[in-house]
Amino acid sequence: MKRRTKERMKKLDVGFKTVDNALVIKIQGEIDSKSATHLRRKIDIEYDCANVRNMVFDLKDVSFMDSSGIGLIIGRYKRVSALGGVIKIKGANKTVRRIIELSGLGRIVKF
Amino acid sequence: MTNHIKVEFEAKECNVSLARLVAAGFIASLNPTLDEAEDVKVAVSEAVTNAIVHGYNKGEGVVYMEAFSYNGTVMLSVRDTGCGIEDIKRAKEPLFTTKPEEERSGLGFTVMESFMDSLHIESKLGEGTTITMTKRIGSRG
Ligand SMILES: Nc1ncnc2c1ncn2[C@@H]1O[C@H](COP(=O)(O)OP(=O)(O)OP(=O)(O)O)[C@@H](O)[C@H]1O
Ligand SMILES: [Mg+2]
Repeated sequence: MKRRTKERMKKLDVGFKTVDNALVIKIQGEIDSKSATHLRRKIDIEYDCANVRNMVFDLKDVSFMDSSGIGLIIGRYKRVSALGGVIKIKGANKTVRRIIELSGLGRIVKF
Repeated sequence: MTNHIKVEFEAKECNVSLARLVAAGFIASLNPTLDEAEDVKVAVSEAVTNAIVHGYNKGEGVVYMEAFSYNGTVMLSVRDTGCGIEDIKRAKEPLFTTKPEEERSGLGFTVMESFMDSLHIESKLGEGTTITMTKRIGSRG
């Protein structure tokens, strides 16, 4: 019980690892305008430090995403493609897939 | 059965998730499918974000949200008294945004239009914007 009281309700979590030549970004929680700003900052710092070219977005644990998420991914696409890299999206749920399809993002990133 | 709620909150980005929760809670009594609930949440998120980010340019302001339900249909309106939209037709075009530097994708209205059954935009420069959307819930039956 004691431990539980100290746990916070967290709306967002992001984890990074590098696999082969890619930065794998695992996002947990909700991607909206507020969290996208935060994610953008963290991802860019991580990508600049990691010595890799590609990016993989693991969206399996994303419970919500609006068009802010598209802006986030397109923004990263610009940076990654400038260095000759590619972006891959995996684990997107049905609603997230629909937004991605609507945006035409599916034409520039693999998902 | 009909129902009606009215909420107003400060124009802060942290209130967008609250607006989504309110909308999802409101339509719960209409017995929506998970997809329908998700659609409404995304549409509300887009409209409320626009009010905060564009209407008030992230400055001070109040966002007014109302929801009605009648005959298995939900009608949602989101209103701001911010800057207003100069050219509504243009604003609705996919990928049109006045804030590309903030990594906006210009998809908010496109998403609202395709996730809801109807979308109506009313706006006057310098006075504000009202977005009204409807969706039939429980359409599986
Ligand atoms: N409430 C509002 N007040 C003033 N201008 C608005 C409002 N809502 C939308 N707009 C204008 O309409 C444009 C298109 O809105 P839309 O939501 O489609 O895209 P966006 O907000 O720019 O990008 P995204 O929603 O993908 O982050 C905005 O760039 C803005 O100029
Ligand atoms: Mg928008």
